[in-house]
Amino acid sequence: MNETLDTRTIIVKVNGVEHRRTAPVRMLLSDFLRHELRLTGTHVGCEHGVCGACTVLVDGRSARSCLMLAVQSDGCEILTIEGIANADGTLHPLQEAFQRRHALQCGFCTPGMLTTLMELLADNPSPTEEDVKITISGNLCRCTGYAGIVKAALDAAAVLRGEKTPAA
Amino acid sequence: MKPPPFSYYAPTSVQEAVALLGSLENARVLAGGQSLLPMLNMRFATPDHVIDINRIPALTGIAVRDGEVVIGAMTRQRDLEFSPVIREHLPIMHEALQFVGHRQTRNRGTIGGSLCHLDPAAELPCVAAAHDAVVDVVSENGAREIPFAEFPLGYLTPSLEPGEMVRAIRFPLWPTRTGAAFVEFARRHGDFAIVSVAALVAMDADGAVERASLTLGGVGSGPMRMHDVEDALIGKTLDAIAIKAAAESCGAIEVDDDPYTPVHYRKHLCRTLVVRALETAALRAQGSRS
Repeated sequence: MNETLDTRTIIVKVNGVEHRRTAPVRMLLSDFLRHELRLTGTHVGCEHGVCGACTVLVDGRSARSCLMLAVQSDGCEILTIEGIANADGTLHPLQEAFQRRHALQCGFCTPGMLTTLMELLADNPSPTEEDVKITISGNLCRCTGYAGIVKAALDAAAVLRGEKTPAA
Repeated sequence: MKPPPFSYYAPTSVQEAVALLGSLENARVLAGGQSLLPMLNMRFATPDHVIDINRIPALTGIAVRDGEVVIGAMTRQRDLEFSPVIREHLPIMHEALQFVGHRQTRNRGTIGGSLCHLDPAAELPCVAAAHDAVVDVVSENGAREIPFAEFPLGYLTPSLEPGEMVRAIRFPLWPTRTGAAFVEFARRHGDFAIVSVAALVAMDADGAVERASLTLGGVGSGPMRMHDVEDALIGKTLDAIAIKAAAESCGAIEVDDDPYTPVHYRKHLCRTLVVRALETAALRAQGSRS
């Protein structure tokens, strides 16, 4: 493994695919995903951990990819927005619910909203409206579409519990 | 909005980390990165060397021994939040963690990082002050302990010597008949508090205050223990009169002015939140007494 002080070679699994890359040590994980792996679905808003747009799951836990160095993800499994849909290309129930509930306008915050909510739905299959609101409190939506997002998250939870069909 | 250039080290043992810290000039320790990374991105921090301690397993863990909860410096805030040990033995920390940033930042942020960054309005330093925590620090030259009362030197400045890093934090347990409460007011959920209050009250069998701890956050350069107010509560029943007197004393302190929060408003919050914290702590102490 390349161990110079200003670049390092890392092996990281992103959306199930293993990548081996050499990255400058000061490169943020967000920039690594976007510029090195060309996974531009992860959006970069504020770059200091306030807006939540760049949220990805690192080993199943949500994290702001602008607050991690790429080299820190060595050996980790990362899920980005590109990895949420089903293998056959159909939408995940959460994405489907976002579409149905008009839970996005400009779409800039959407990748971070979805990754953040993926963690919630994995941890808590039956979240309350309050749980959803607290969960996305670290994600800014400047179209102020929060009401639709909350409804979509609750819908998706119901679908995933098998209580509701996606089309309903 | 990108970090400046630096050299990066990822030691896998405390020994290795303190050796680096002792030999490198202008080095910063990278814990959870939820404060240091923003400071790097905004170039408020420009270290020549970054020592990442995320790959040192010995720095993580929660244990109860000899009447104390011992928490490794790199224990994540999320792991503290969901720990049954913390919920049982340090309920005030569990409550305070609900106010610490967001799930995304608690997943990475660590207790050692919060204490060393020492934001004046941060919740975990308040809890450490309230509980008379002891900070276990280590350098190439050995280990020493710093009582939390002596840990903050000033704004964002812990009393660590060059070459020292935090290894663990010890929280002495309170008696079983203790009620604890952490309350705060912030403009948005997850923001740093404008004012926060941590209260611990231990009652005797007759319901009189045997021991009290009252800490204000957000009002000065670090957490502020209100020792005079605590002393005045000893032996009293926590009725409305005693609580009001404590709140008035807390509202009389000198607080910092800032462009967003006028002094009178911050003082008002001190009084209001002290009442809420003491009322809640008293109720909880009574609950744990029966």
